[in-house]
Formats: sequence, structure tokens, C-alpha cells
Amino acid sequence: MVLSKLTGADIICECLIEQGVDTVFGYPGGAVLNIYDSLYKYSDRITHILTAHEQGASHAADGYARASGKTGVVIATSGPGATNLVTGIATAYMDSVPVVAITGNVACALLGLDSFQEVDITGITMPITKHNFIVKDVNKLADTIREAFYIANEGRKGPVLIDVPKDITALSAEFVNKPIKPIVPPATLHQDDCIQKAAEMIRESERPYIYCGGGINNARGAKALKTFVQLADAPVSASLMAQGCFDQTDGKYIGMLGMHGTTAAAKALAECDLFIAIGTRFSDRVIGDPSTFAKRAKVLHIDIDPAEINKNISAFHKVIGDSAEVLEKLNRLLKPQKHHEWTQSICGGELNIRQSGTEQLDITPQLIMETLDRLTDGEAIICTEVGQAQMWAAQYYRYKHPRQLVTSGGLGTMGFGLGASIGAKTALPDRTVINIAGDGSFHMNLNELVTLSKHNIPVIELVMNNSVLGMVRQWQRLFYDKHFSQTTLDRPTDYVKLGEAFGIKAFSLTKAADCERVLSEAVKLSQSVPVLIEVKIDRDINVLPMVPAGKSVTEPITEINTED
Amino acid sequence: MSQQYVLSVLVDNSIGVLGRVTGLFSRRGYNIKSLNVAETEDPEFSRMTIVTEGDSSTIEQIEKQLLKLYDVSEVKLLSDAVCREHILIRAGNSPASRQPIIEIANLFRAKVVNVGEDSLMLELTGEPEKISSFIGLLKPFGIGKMVRTGICALERD
Repeated sequence: MVLSKLTGADIICECLIEQGVDTVFGYPGGAVLNIYDSLYKYSDRITHILTAHEQGASHAADGYARASGKTGVVIATSGPGATNLVTGIATAYMDSVPVVAITGNVACALLGLDSFQEVDITGITMPITKHNFIVKDVNKLADTIREAFYIANEGRKGPVLIDVPKDITALSAEFVNKPIKPIVPPATLHQDDCIQKAAEMIRESERPYIYCGGGINNARGAKALKTFVQLADAPVSASLMAQGCFDQTDGKYIGMLGMHGTTAAAKALAECDLFIAIGTRFSDRVIGDPSTFAKRAKVLHIDIDPAEINKNISAFHKVIGDSAEVLEKLNRLLKPQKHHEWTQSICGGELNIRQSGTEQLDITPQLIMETLDRLTDGEAIICTEVGQAQMWAAQYYRYKHPRQLVTSGGLGTMGFGLGASIGAKTALPDRTVINIAGDGSFHMNLNELVTLSKHNIPVIELVMNNSVLGMVRQWQRLFYDKHFSQTTLDRPTDYVKLGEAFGIKAFSLTKAADCERVLSEAVKLSQSVPVLIEVKIDRDINVLPMVPAGKSVTEPITEINTED
Repeated sequence: MSQQYVLSVLVDNSIGVLGRVTGLFSRRGYNIKSLNVAETEDPEFSRMTIVTEGDSSTIEQIEKQLLKLYDVSEVKLLSDAVCREHILIRAGNSPASRQPIIEIANLFRAKVVNVGEDSLMLELTGEPEKISSFIGLLKPFGIGKMVRTGICALERD
């Protein structure tokens, strides 16, 4: 046992190392000067990635966690540094991503006096963190950091913020390394009879339908899920957060369910007699009108968070627990079921709607995503911004593994993807990482291009440029009498020059005939350097199918008239 | 069907815990009819008594969401409990009103805790309904100011 006296700042670094952290994202400032002085000292053990803006750092920490399953760490200074993290923390909170945010604050004596760069960040982040702390005693700093990591990863994961006043980082305390506190799953909650009953429901079902959520990723449950699907013999859908937790090249996979789900999923939902929801919270984007949801089915809900049971959809039976554990137990109880006729009637058809461009701009998002899928052998990490491009990235790339799609589902944060791709590539340097952006989202946080070039993070930033805020335009077309209010962007940005100005190799792609060549060159280049690609697409390609908000998910729109 | 419920919530006696609990109620649109909080026999913990209103599914959510807060260690929906409320009330607007007010106070076993020129200050502990009817009877004499604690409740053994 090493007993030594360390400063608060050194304790922070020691605790990060103790928790297995080797990479942090952040931005220095007055209140974190001591922490950055320690990071300087610990730079052989902790790599710090400096972003252009704290928001980018928060998304990078989130993307790092989503892609790797480890905890993402972000550091920012007090005041504006801390408030710039807010969108990133809220994004991680909505999607249950383990992130630890460390903010500096003014010295304890200056707290509450409206001091320079003082903000009540624990107050501000209360509704968007699992928990947060302000540390006013250096002797409690180490245990608070340990507790923060524990909370971020225990049960349903999520972000935790630790606010550290400047004097605490300078004061000293005794420091002893401690082993990481193991996470004990809520064992008492999933009693055997509860699982027995779930197995019985599956045995009795003639038309089961499996719907997976992001909880399966967090539980590392893909393997158990694969066996479960074989045993239950049922069609499978994955939520946006769960793309790839079930291999989408498998014949049982029938696409997403919900607002932009497939017609096969809509049919399965309408006709199933048992809806098996695993690790999911029934987002309104999935359920549409709750009164028409899975009307002919019993709902079996498996989730780690008891508060999600009966919140949006009433469950006939619930199992509370880690979804991997519950599935493993179920797998032991189930004999292979046979639902040949049922699965035949749902699976096997073309899942996606074919897209077509125009004569001038004949490249479609579908062509881009399918080409990328082929060029990367379906093995790339796809990050996204939010909007139409996000949905196309989810629909037209076939994800085979968990954590392959890094996307802001719950909060729907435009500007998330570029920062997230920095985190994903940092976590998984050997994987091809592509951020799929629209031109709207791209302009929100394009400053992080410089982070790609400065740190040589070889990400492909692909902008589907339709010169409009496409998703909002789609809604305006359908529900606002084609009043395209503030959604016709038509920005004069020269993407090639912009990329070059940031020191990034850039391409502009306008013809379908060049798609293969340019994308394949980009994928090759991205083995060593970052690449920016602008792809010009028609402004009236819509995301289909589509279910209007609050309408029955079983009746999607499959065609939108774009004649003006 | 909307109904009134009493929740007993054991929380860490730490900074910001009240904010966390009330913040949860306000952001999820839950109703707080009254809230009462103080330290328990163990100064590490405080007990809150929250009176809320909603249908049974809302109450189920309130219980579960409260339990997700790290400062909350126990949530109990009270059914068989002793509920009490305390009131301080200044009533009366002339020396002539003093006698009838004292009569009402005696009937309720309320205590006179301060005597002013025109008014009396009374204190009373009891079930919320009793407090309400006490206030009702004092109204005709004029109520200067009053403060109710809200319910504090403890389940029976």
C-alpha cells in the first residue's frame, strides 16, 4: 500500500488511472490550471485530446464511451467551460452513456458570490446527470471520483459530473490506491419464477416479435441475444440505439420499428401475439400512438431500469435486470421454438425503400451508404449527426456488431457526430470511422475539423449536402403547407476549400458515376489521414417510411409527393 | 382516477437533496401538495413527507423515479399512518373578538401563544382536516397571517 500526500489535481489524475482511463477530452482554463498542470506531469499515462470547443470534447467523451463501452471522460473549466458541456451531458444522459465530466469552479471562498467565471454547474446539470457532486473537502475527492465512475456504470448507465473548486485542486490529502468497486447486478430482482413465467409466455406464443434496445449494448448481450433469437424463432427489430446488436445481414432482422421503421416491422407489430422488448425504454419515436401499439400482443418487457416498466407502454409481464443475464437465463429454459410460417410471412422481403435522385444530382443517400457498406465490409464505425442523414445512415448500412452506430437518439443533438467520431476513432484507432452529416448539422460544430487535423485523427467526415434542413423541410412539406420557413439553407460554403483551410484533404462528389472511386479513395486515405467529403444530393429526397408523430406505427407513409 | 397520496422519503442529509427531489417533481410535472423535511434520529439522514396527487400510474412513476435519485434511500407510499399537521395562526381584528376566538381554541385544544392588541396567535397540531375546519371557524373573525407545516406522517407498526 502506497500512502502519500498528493494535491487534489494529482489525486484526480491518480484516480483516473486507477479507473483505467488513459484518454481524456477537454479544454483548459483558469479554474482547471492545477488539473492541467497535473495532466502535464501525467502525460505519459493520460492522453489529453484538446478540442476546439468544450461541446466537441463532451461529444468526444460520449462517442469514446459508445464505441468502446468504456467510460468517457471530459474536463472543462468553470463558467462557460462548464455550460458548454451541457448539451453533451444531456445527450449522454438521454442515451444512457457512461461519461464522467470534471469541471473546475472558483475557489470555495468565492462560491456563491457571482465570481468571475462562476456558474452553479451542479444545479444546472441536476436534471441531465445520473448524479453530480461538488467537492468541498480535498479528503473526499478521491472517493467522490470513484463513486462517480461507479454510478456512471452501475444499473442503467449515464453521465456523472464532479465540480471541483480551484483551491481543492491545490490542497493536499493522503492518497491510497483502491481497487475498482465491482458492480453487482440487481440479483434479487430477477427471481427465477419471474424468468420462468417469461419463458412460458415465449413457449405459448405463436407469433413472437423481438424488439431490442440500447440496453443490450450496455449489457454486452449481443451473444445471448443471438442464441435467444434462434431459440425463440422470431423476427427481430432493433431501435436506433441498438443497431448492430443483432447482425443485420441475418434473415430474421426486419429493420427499425417506429417513426422511420420498415413496413416489415410495422406488419410484425400489428400481427404479433407477443412483443418481447429487451433493454428498451419505448421512446415516443418508436411507439407513436400508445393506444394502437401492439394491440393484439402481450408485452414482455425486460429492462434494467424499473422506472421504464409501465412508463410509456404497460407490460403484461416484466423482468427487471441486466438484459444479457436475463437472456442467458431464458436461453437455458427454452427449447427451440418453431414459427416457420410466421417468420416467413414477415422476414425475407426487401427492407428498405429504393431511393432515386434527379438527372442533375443522381447520387442518393442509399447509394452512398450501400457503397460505404461494401467498401468497409460492413465493419466501419458509423457516427452521425441528426436529421435525414442520420436516418439514412441507420437504414442503408447493415450493422453487424454492437456499438457500430454512434448516434444521438434521445436528445437528437445536431452537431453531435463530428465530436463523437473524434472519440470513437480515439477509442478504436484500427477501425474505419465515418461521420455521416447533413449540411445543417455540419455547420453547427464544424470547428472540430481542426481537431481532426491537429491530432491527425483519421475520420471520414461525409456531408450529404442537400442545401436544406431536410428533416424539418420534410415535416414542413407534409404538415405546414410547404412553408419552408428558415429551412432553405443554400449556404455558399466551399467544402473543398474549407477542408483544405483546416488542413484536411477534401472532395466534392456530384455524380453517381464517381461515387465508388471517391469513396474508395476516402476509405483508403482514412487509414492515415482525415478526409472531408461533400456529396451533393437532391433536396427533396425524403426519409421513408414515415409515421407522423403520435400516429399508429402500423400505418407508415411510404410515399411523399414532392411536386411543388 | 386522481387521488391524494402520502409518501415518506428517506434521503441523505446532504446539500442540494431538496433541490433534487423538488426538481424531479417539477420537471416531470408531478404535483406537490405539501412537503415537509427534517433530520432523523441519525443526522446523516432526513425524512421527507410529500403529499402528492395523481392517478395510480403516476404514483408508481413518482416512487420509481424518486428511487433513482442517489440521495434517496427509501420511498414508502403510506396507507396506514399517523398524519399530523401543525399550524400557527393570527386571528381576530378587535379586542371584542378575543373571547369567541378563545372559545374556538378551547374546543380544538389549540394553544394561545401570543396576545396582541387586536388579535391572538394560536397553535394547533392535528390531522389536516381538523386544521382546515379550525381555520374555517376562525375566518369570520379575520385571519391576519397563518402558516401550516404540511403533513408529516409516520406509518403504524
